[in-house]
Amino acid sequence: MCRIGAIKSKEYVHPSVALRLMRSQQKGHDNSGFAMIMQDLGGVFEGYKGLPILSMACTDEGIKVAEDILHRKGFVRLFQWAPQVFPKPGLKIEPMPNYVFQVYQYPKLYNYAPQEEKEELLVDMRLAIRHELENHDLGYVYSFWPDILTLKEIGDPSDIGEYFNLWEENDYFKAKIITAQCRQNTNYDIVRYAAHPFFLQGYTALANGENTFYEKNKNLQKKLYKGYIGFESDSQCFLYTLHYVHKKLKWPLIYYKHTITPIPFEELSQREDGHILANIRASLAHLEINGPNTIIGVLPDGTLFTCCDSKKLRPVVVGRDENTVVITSEVTGINDILPNRDWQDDIYPGEREMVVINDELEVVRWQQ
Amino acid sequence: MATVKVNQLAKDDLFWQIDYKHDRCTLCGKCVASCPFQAIEAKVEKRRKVVSEDITPNPKVYFQTIPVIKQVISEYNFCRGCGICEKVCPNDAIKPVRNSDHRFQAKYRATVADPFKRGGRSNLETDGRTLDKIKVGRISQMTDPSLDAQRHTFDMRAPFGRVLAPNEIPLEVDSCGRLVLKNNLPPVRWIYPIIIGDMSIGALSWRMWEALAIATAYLNEEVGIPIRMCSGEGGVPVRLLKSRFLKYIILQIASGHFGWNRIVNAMPHMVEDPAGVLIKIGQGAKPGDGGLLMAKKVAKHIQEIRGVPKADLLSPPNHQGLYSIEESVQKMFLSFNAAFKFRVPVAIKVAASATSVSVYNNLLRDPYNIVGGFFLDGIDGGTGAAHEISLDHTGHPIVSKLRDCYKAALHQGKQGQIPLWAAGGMGKNWNLAADAFKMICLGANGIFTGKLMLQLAGCVGNDMGKCNACNTGLCPVGICTQNPTLVKRLDIDKVAENIVNYFIAVDHELKKLMAPVGNSSLPVGRSDALISTDKSVAERLDINYAC
Ligand code: SF4
Ligand code: SF4
Repeated sequence: MCRIGAIKSKEYVHPSVALRLMRSQQKGHDNSGFAMIMQDLGGVFEGYKGLPILSMACTDEGIKVAEDILHRKGFVRLFQWAPQVFPKPGLKIEPMPNYVFQVYQYPKLYNYAPQEEKEELLVDMRLAIRHELENHDLGYVYSFWPDILTLKEIGDPSDIGEYFNLWEENDYFKAKIITAQCRQNTNYDIVRYAAHPFFLQGYTALANGENTFYEKNKNLQKKLYKGYIGFESDSQCFLYTLHYVHKKLKWPLIYYKHTITPIPFEELSQREDGHILANIRASLAHLEINGPNTIIGVLPDGTLFTCCDSKKLRPVVVGRDENTVVITSEVTGINDILPNRDWQDDIYPGEREMVVINDELEVVRWQQ
Repeated sequence: MATVKVNQLAKDDLFWQIDYKHDRCTLCGKCVASCPFQAIEAKVEKRRKVVSEDITPNPKVYFQTIPVIKQVISEYNFCRGCGICEKVCPNDAIKPVRNSDHRFQAKYRATVADPFKRGGRSNLETDGRTLDKIKVGRISQMTDPSLDAQRHTFDMRAPFGRVLAPNEIPLEVDSCGRLVLKNNLPPVRWIYPIIIGDMSIGALSWRMWEALAIATAYLNEEVGIPIRMCSGEGGVPVRLLKSRFLKYIILQIASGHFGWNRIVNAMPHMVEDPAGVLIKIGQGAKPGDGGLLMAKKVAKHIQEIRGVPKADLLSPPNHQGLYSIEESVQKMFLSFNAAFKFRVPVAIKVAASATSVSVYNNLLRDPYNIVGGFFLDGIDGGTGAAHEISLDHTGHPIVSKLRDCYKAALHQGKQGQIPLWAAGGMGKNWNLAADAFKMICLGANGIFTGKLMLQLAGCVGNDMGKCNACNTGLCPVGICTQNPTLVKRLDIDKVAENIVNYFIAVDHELKKLMAPVGNSSLPVGRSDALISTDKSVAERLDINYAC
């Protein structure tokens, strides 16, 4: 089973904190992988806030293929950074030859392009790279987006930490938001793409559980937007629905929960906004989920949230102190990294509830 | 050698032969009185009897004329095997026996020079049913726990009405960050995923129809199952049109437009909108053929409700002026949408056919957003009267066609926008919930059922030629006849009660299927939950093969 976690802090946080958060929950997962997305980056990336960063794990040729694609389009590489690795016999990890984090300058042609056009371009580029890498088995591209880094690895999370020296705090590699998950996608093939968190155009989602409406979610999503691809894990659907509702349809975040876990018909008829919700339910019936799931999501502006399916069959807890908010599957994780918080402030969200943490770390909760 | 009239119809030509035990018969006459087809009659036979009355053998031959019950040998008054005589006989003296060597339909055509007609069910089933080769194979365990069918709440509703794509809904975000509607939307009703439909008054006796209407109202108001009933093409009693129960009735219009005069006249007096309007283009039992109500069944009240004289009532096979989906259907849809001021969803019903997918594709692209449902009726459906050649030799099985239509919607990315409702042999194995659930997993939003309702009401017919006399106007149990004596055989309250009870059971059983797959709302299109033990079925329907 997966264990998921998210840290949002006023200060830059090193991934070792995320590793500690996840390690204390290791009875709940199977130690088969570790993946994380860092958003709002500090350290060596702090100076490149507006520029897209390419996150890949690939062969030497993979790097060349990706660079060629981007250069041909007019992207110019400004900076690159690779984590130093520390191979050691006995580490349970299946590393790729290269881990690439490259910062690019947009093509000149796009200097005055509207934001939306640039955003589409980044997706097109990532899809093109992914396509080539996949066709020639050269590796994986996870994200190509400003202020975002993705790392996904197969193996024991502790060993992965050792391999990348993630246990040791430093100042190069930090972010204000880190989402992480332990475990590879053991229900299906072990594929790096299948590991949460999933990312698209500034949106991140990770989930715990099994999406029983995977097939209908997937069937509809495939047609909705070019970026809705892969589906290596049934949880990718949560990300795509979030992206679709919030970015494509431009509906406020509250309607995400109304889309995935609509209110029963009987109650709808008694609500003032019942007719709107009924229309949403009808129109997006195929994006409904029917559990059991807990979802953690991050929006492009750094808003962090969590919600569950309507049956509330997966655990989640929110803990915080004045500088940091943590959302994770089990409270042990929070105890580990925020031992001095007031645990009476912990929130255990209900099945109708959505808990949102804004940039000032204020917690907003509402019932669906 | 005696002369034999070999060309004459004989007892061994008939479907059913009467097995009569003279020694058990007390000549009460009940069988003759109750056989609506006059297929048996009281006759006399001359009997030779040898008796010996002395102490020593002294045989004497007597000839006696004794009364007996005899089978009528006729192209018209032939035994249908309905078994009513057997039911009423107090002494087990009479019963129909299936004659596997019969050649009746050939003889009938050869004698009468007329197509053979009978009640609406296909009798040429060769293999088992497709739905029975499908099982619910994905059972939730551990990572996705199953639910408790008794305790969990389930949200079992299906849409009837035109559903818009989310980007087509005229929504706006207000100052409080809430979505508000700028314009009205096509009406969508959320109803039970099973519709009772669509059998007309006329095809059914008024008592049977009333029993269905009572059951529907009771299920809605007392049991909380929001089921709807489709009127069929034969109008609706004015009293019902003017009552609040109209909201549970889907009004049907077909090519004959029967009964619409009254419906239109009743509109100003309606206190509730009907549940919907269903435009019938075709039906699965006799695709390409219109409805047929024999003059025998056009009793006085039927003439009144339908506004017709006593005559054979033929619904033309085609709607006049309906030659292209783009133009005429839209006109028709628009006029019915407009009739109820766009408050009532309007759907279409067609016979499943090789062309259904193209029709559905066209409708899905409809820019007017007026088609509120696509009702697909497969072979095996139907209840009324039809030519045998239509019943047995035309039509398309529903399961793969429903699946094809769902996949067509999926291909366009428009699944659910024109809800799919499927029928044709639903509940034929007596388990409507299993059939409904599987069809829903294959992509149906809901199903509709007719013939099973008749079985619940006491129809004695089956798909192997038993009874099947719905066309004669002489239904032996009062279901599809207007003959006042026969109609009285039907106990309205009992029929309504049976139907209500059956749906209460179906509701439980549906939950019993939703619980193990871990779903509390309908698993529309969740074909991953299904497996088939038949490779070709699995392949055709794109579900997992299991063995
Ligand atoms: S089985 Fe039916 S049709 Fe045949 S004789 Fe008996 S009552 Fe008449
Ligand atoms: S019992 Fe009535 S409804 Fe049933 S097959 Fe016979 S005639 Fe038809």
